[in-house]
Amino acid sequence: MSQTTLIVGLDGSDAGKRALDFATARAKLIGDCSILIVYVIEWSPFSFQTAEENEMRHARREEELKLAHERVIEPAVAMAQSDGCTVKGIVKHGDVAEILEKLAKKHNASQIVVGRVGERNIKERLFGGVTGRLVAASSVPITVIP
Amino acid sequence: MKRFITSGLAAAALALPTLAAAQDAVSFDQKVNDVFAGSTGWFVNLIFMNLPGTSFPWIVLWLVVAASIFTIYFGFIQFKAFGHAISLVKGDYSDPEDAGEVSHFQALTTALSGTVGLGNIAGVAVAVGIGGPGATFWMIIAGLLGMASKFTECTLGVKYRNEYPDGSVSGGPMYYMTKGFKERGLPGGRVLAVIFAIFTIGGALGGGNMFQANQAHAQITQITGDFSGLITGGIFAVVVFMVIVGGIKSIASVTEKVVPFMGVMYVVAALIILIVNADQIGWAFGQIFAGAFTGLGVAGGFVGALIQGFKRAAFSNEAGVGSAAIAHSAVRTKEPVTEGVVSLLEPFIDTVVICTMTALVITISGVLVMDPATGNFVLNEAGNAIQTTDGSSGVALTSAAFATGFSWFPYVLAVAVVLFAFSTMISWSYYGLKAWTYLFGEGKTTELIFKLIFCFFIIVGAAAQLGAVIDFSDAMIFAMAVVNITALYFLMPIVKREMNSYFGRLKTGEIAKFDNGL
Repeated sequence: MSQTTLIVGLDGSDAGKRALDFATARAKLIGDCSILIVYVIEWSPFSFQTAEENEMRHARREEELKLAHERVIEPAVAMAQSDGCTVKGIVKHGDVAEILEKLAKKHNASQIVVGRVGERNIKERLFGGVTGRLVAASSVPITVIP
Repeated sequence: MKRFITSGLAAAALALPTLAAAQDAVSFDQKVNDVFAGSTGWFVNLIFMNLPGTSFPWIVLWLVVAASIFTIYFGFIQFKAFGHAISLVKGDYSDPEDAGEVSHFQALTTALSGTVGLGNIAGVAVAVGIGGPGATFWMIIAGLLGMASKFTECTLGVKYRNEYPDGSVSGGPMYYMTKGFKERGLPGGRVLAVIFAIFTIGGALGGGNMFQANQAHAQITQITGDFSGLITGGIFAVVVFMVIVGGIKSIASVTEKVVPFMGVMYVVAALIILIVNADQIGWAFGQIFAGAFTGLGVAGGFVGALIQGFKRAAFSNEAGVGSAAIAHSAVRTKEPVTEGVVSLLEPFIDTVVICTMTALVITISGVLVMDPATGNFVLNEAGNAIQTTDGSSGVALTSAAFATGFSWFPYVLAVAVVLFAFSTMISWSYYGLKAWTYLFGEGKTTELIFKLIFCFFIIVGAAAQLGAVIDFSDAMIFAMAVVNITALYFLMPIVKREMNSYFGRLKTGEIAKFDNGL
């Protein structure tokens, strides 16, 4: 497999869209290149939930996956395809930085492209946001689109 | 003991209707109490009846014998599978494709928030206050045995849960009683399930609600001075209403984060006190072991220590009651045994760790008065408990013991009691609701009716001194155990088959850890 894979992390924001534009432009230049579009729903198996939330969890998860596919992934895939790229879109639950890094390894990706997200709260100001952690942990080059 | 005095008083009040009518000030509480004591006293007495010639309630023996049988039947599963339980909670065996579903950790912590509470703080103080440090030894033994009961009920809870087309799940003893009995070709499953559901509703409104509201109010007034329980009850009811009816996630998620934090803080505070007094830990354990077999001069001697230890462990971790099977059944797993294995950590954390911490702190703090000459404890004037330095018992004794380490701790403890009471209420509102919908069918209206009743009972519980009502609902929780354990005896071969199959496949490597990739 000589094909190059680019991973694009989307978060539903404009920066995410710019990241996708950037990746499609690069993919066309590379030629034999496929794009993997990823949307991660923030979730931790170690959070605390009430019994009622647990009961409904399976249904909620299906709903979250469906919405993410409909609203984020499908439009993005359609857009990239219309540009003539080979694209695949997936939605995952978990930690954004961790999942992007694992997918990069799994698909032997040559780089990860993400949009820059501002620090949203005190915790992120102190410990760094998703982008910061991704940059710190990643095994492949990262392009951050402002 | 108090229970019999209350019912005795109530009987006397019934015999003097003119007197009761004359005293308008106490009329409402008193009337409710009278009606309850008169009509349900026999039930309470039956559940808490002592074995002939002893002061050992048969229901405690019932729970301990069941736990011992399950321990032997499943080949000491609580020790053999302990490491595997931790591995499961860490998520080593969770399929990454299932990310976003209820994890083992979440099912465990949800169930824990229903059991960690007043039992760990007040109950232990009562046990050690009456039975001496030796009670701790028996408490730990009962906690270790109880792990096998939890394993049995939670495995069945997951195996026989209902999964609905909309993706939600409902589980619990009601379902394993009906489906499990049918599978084994046994009659009476449906009858057991209905009786269990009725007791669960009673237990949810009482021990899981009124008792909590009542104790939380008592704890608040100890700090602020006396005020009407209607206020405490009203606030609690509104907050619980917002969570269970209004679905206000933010409140629930605040408690979800604060309650575990409180639990950890409690354990850390206990640890600090123990570390500061590290030189005494050996002595304290010596007291616990010596007291377990000799009694060290406490009320009732060796038997007194044993009864108190067993009793408080059973009251605290609810092993065999069946409530945990409801909470654990929402987990995402293909193997019911995995949740059973995880659930055995619950009595361990609740009883063996948290209760033991409380007991050690009370023992080391020196709040129990000891005769320096003999090394035995000094009994109080009534001769029914150990003399304490400030004469306190229950939550107040725990509070006094922790105050020897941190003078401000009583305030933290009060906050902890209120939050524990709140989380216990939320958990039991769910258990009650599941029993309610089992009886009356699922549906928005039937569910709303139960939730409204539940909120109403919070106010009643906080505002009134309804001793008889609370005794009755306590009895209901243990009546659940009578029905549940009966069913467990009939269904345990199914659990054994599941267990052997699962651990067999684990050994051959058919079930393996997922590597950390995606």
